[in-house]
Amino acid sequence: MFGRIFRRKRSAADFGDELQAHIRLEEERWCEQGLSPEEAHTRAHRAFGSVTHTQERFYESRHWVFLDQLWNDVRYAARVLRKSPSFAIAAILTLAMAIAANVVVFSVTNALFLRPLNLPDEQRIYLVEHAADRSRPHSYPNYVDLRDRNQSFDGLATFGVVGVGLSTSQNGQSPTLNWGWEVSGNYFDVLRIRPYLGRFFHASDEHGRNSAPYIVLSYSYWHNHFRDDPDAVGRSVRLNKHPFTIIGVTPPEFHGTVPFVAADFYAPQIDQQDIEGVNNLEARGVGSVQVVVGRLKAGVTPAQATADLNSIGAYLQKTYPNDDQEMAFTIEHIGAFGSDQDAAQGTEAFLGALMLLAGLILLAACANLGSLFSARAADRSREIAVRLALGSSRARVLRQFFTEATLISLAGGVMGLWSSSVLLQWLSGWHPVPRYPVQAAVNPDFNVYALALLLALVSGLLFGAVPVRQVLETNPYGVIKSGSTGKTRGRITVRELLLTVQIALCAVLVTSSFVAVRGLIRSMHNSLGVDPRNVMLVDVDMNTAGYRGADVPPVQKRVIEAMHTIPGVQAAAWTNVPPLTLDCCATSQIFTDQTANLTPANAAIRATTFRVSLEYFQVTHTALLSGREFTWNDDKTAPRVAVVNQRFARRVFGSVNSALGSDFKLGDGTRIQVVGVIEDGKYGSTTEGPHEAMFLPILQAPSDDAWLLVQSPRDSQQLASAIRSKLNDVDPSFVAFFQTWNQGLEGSAFGARMAAMSLGVLGIMGAILSVTGIFGMASYAVSKRKRELGIRMALGARSKEVVRAALGPAVKLLFFGSAVGLLLGFLASRVLAAIVYEATPRDPLVLAGVVLAMALVGLLATWIPAQRALAIDPAMLLREE
Amino acid sequence: MSTQRENDPGRLELLQGTLDLLILRTLVLGSQHGQGIARAIQQTSDEELLVEHGALYPALQRLEERGWISAKWGTSANNRKARFYSLTSAGHKQLAKETSKWNRLTAAIGRILESEEA
Repeated sequence: MFGRIFRRKRSAADFGDELQAHIRLEEERWCEQGLSPEEAHTRAHRAFGSVTHTQERFYESRHWVFLDQLWNDVRYAARVLRKSPSFAIAAILTLAMAIAANVVVFSVTNALFLRPLNLPDEQRIYLVEHAADRSRPHSYPNYVDLRDRNQSFDGLATFGVVGVGLSTSQNGQSPTLNWGWEVSGNYFDVLRIRPYLGRFFHASDEHGRNSAPYIVLSYSYWHNHFRDDPDAVGRSVRLNKHPFTIIGVTPPEFHGTVPFVAADFYAPQIDQQDIEGVNNLEARGVGSVQVVVGRLKAGVTPAQATADLNSIGAYLQKTYPNDDQEMAFTIEHIGAFGSDQDAAQGTEAFLGALMLLAGLILLAACANLGSLFSARAADRSREIAVRLALGSSRARVLRQFFTEATLISLAGGVMGLWSSSVLLQWLSGWHPVPRYPVQAAVNPDFNVYALALLLALVSGLLFGAVPVRQVLETNPYGVIKSGSTGKTRGRITVRELLLTVQIALCAVLVTSSFVAVRGLIRSMHNSLGVDPRNVMLVDVDMNTAGYRGADVPPVQKRVIEAMHTIPGVQAAAWTNVPPLTLDCCATSQIFTDQTANLTPANAAIRATTFRVSLEYFQVTHTALLSGREFTWNDDKTAPRVAVVNQRFARRVFGSVNSALGSDFKLGDGTRIQVVGVIEDGKYGSTTEGPHEAMFLPILQAPSDDAWLLVQSPRDSQQLASAIRSKLNDVDPSFVAFFQTWNQGLEGSAFGARMAAMSLGVLGIMGAILSVTGIFGMASYAVSKRKRELGIRMALGARSKEVVRAALGPAVKLLFFGSAVGLLLGFLASRVLAAIVYEATPRDPLVLAGVVLAMALVGLLATWIPAQRALAIDPAMLLREE
Repeated sequence: MSTQRENDPGRLELLQGTLDLLILRTLVLGSQHGQGIARAIQQTSDEELLVEHGALYPALQRLEERGWISAKWGTSANNRKARFYSLTSAGHKQLAKETSKWNRLTAAIGRILESEEA
């Protein structure tokens, strides 16, 4: 075995020597039998057969001839492509663009749906949800019971997001607002994440409240704020003024367990008191913000795990009847959209549609390249003929063509992958919402690279296959004798069909992007119930500055007073959360005053809840329909009051008038009197349907983390610095985050914008491909029919007739394709409606826009071929031939 | 296995894959050079089988690469330079295997042909 590998290869010369020896022996034998040397020579050679052939066979047995030929093909293909660089560049760019579109769409889908978190063995990681409403928060004591009593998980961990003032200086000065995960000690172990630097904390580090003053930094935070300094591990930082030691850094590919939200650091849940100033570690009935995540044991099905959890739930319900009701659970993958099933389905449908469109674009690109290739094959018919005449097999010629196609497709694939990874990197580093560490980490993984390669090769085969018949039908004798023959086929060719599909696709894309853009514009002009212009949003966290509970309202009042001293400020108010931003909104269950049993099933409505100070409705320009707004007198000592919107009033009390002065109840039994009714508006996003809303005075329903809304026509930069200095006057340790309300709004319209943008980009790609496709077909038609057109002109045809004859088929395809595409685009817009509010194709502007765009595409594509057709000089042409 | 097409219409062309077996069998009698092997096959088969000499050498090369025969240059009986082949122990085993395979094959084909005639 080894001998064979290491044995020196026998040389061809040695083999040749042996053959010569054979011939001599043979000749000698014939001579001995009395033949003349000449006769002996002939006999010996006849018996031997062809010496050259035998030597060739020896050569073939030593070399991988296929590879040899392949290498020749590749070198020849490269030379041919270098000779026609415009063809090669056009082909490669077209393909690169189409492949990039596919790779980007697939990567996003991959990141959103297949591997949203990029965790090891992600398919076995599940969240524990309440079965009733699919809500996720669990109280800490209940979590501990679930963790310790279940048999189905390799560990259950918790996490919750918290915004914290983090200071790297020893005395806790100049903190910045940072986002961290409060996690259980076993968090990293359950997720099977290994530290990039230092170590992680573990379950064994937890010894009761505040026992583990350690934090783990995320890679990007360490990279950006500690400049990759490995000595950061071991340093001490302050979280809301409490000292914590950095013990490790997470690996770069780990982004926590909340899709799109990247944490700056991870801290043990057990230190909640130090970090947040309050803790829910002991309260069983209070639904704190812990999300429970676990890794399913091997061999356990989700159904078994659910049953296991539910038996623990039944135990909890029996043991703690006051705190735990409805303890039925269900488990689910984390998913990119949390519990928002509508958004998930809408986005899934949309991405599915995008994938389809991107695939069609690639197909269209292949069709274009196929036409290019077959036009080239026609141009090279003389070369093919010569090669065939010289004894090359048709298969060999075809292999040459496929090698060229594959070379182009691989180059296109590499370029497409490169450009898409640039785009994806930009997308991954993009922070669409400045307030939060929101980012879509789109990590191209093995799947993505494999897909790109596969797409490149498949498309190479596809467009390489187009000229096959041309090559097979080449008759070397005929071609060499009379030059290339232009055969015209009467029936519809595959190429024409593909072109029609391509035009239809372009029309679909143009239609849907118009529909999306129009929907976006319209939703911006809708009545929002608030006026976001000239309003600065300032997130001021009282907690991080050390204010707790009863200290908060007086400070908030002082801040409002300070704001009014800024020149140009028209109104200033607090709200726990501003509408139409990503933070919005919490809802509460509302019961009629007559309801005695306050279980969720008996709730009249769920109302979006805001806690606001007086002047809020002035800042937002919300019209008060009847009753009054809040005053500073609506405080803890006064009876509880609320302002509700019109829809709330109608749903709970029947009418606006009967609502005024009436009472309703909250889930905890609190009775609240309606003192005012305001107009309806949008709360969660500009694209939502009507919702009930309730506003409570912030003095009666305090909120530590609140937003200051300051209305002023002044320049936002100046205003921000004025507000900051006034805030500093009140307390220099405030952590504040500034943005204009319009900036905040952009975050909530994120999905719709992305949808419109991606459709637009694909639409432009589709248009480019259609233009080049039609152009290619039309100019090919003109060159093929040059002679016919020339004769027509010589016989007195007018230029209109010539153009019609030359371009008629292309224009017909354009019309037909556009009509089909428009129709399909209208149908496809239903999918869009799930993402872009008010997206409707029943819009004359959209129709007109699509027709105009397609006409433009047609004009662009046929302009040059038409000029060429008109420039034909019959006299020249007839002389040439 | 290419065979001579012209002349000798009465001779049998070699079946695919049988040349290896014939070479191995010939070398059982002792080491031999290529021309000798060709001669031996022709003579032993009473001139019935036709081996194109050129086809012999790639086959010898293949057998050598598989380790069934070994080769070295030497001088022939009449003092000519020639490459001599001899059977290795692996070659002996291979010959036994091939022979029994061949016998089974011919027996099976023979049975089928006889039943056709009946």
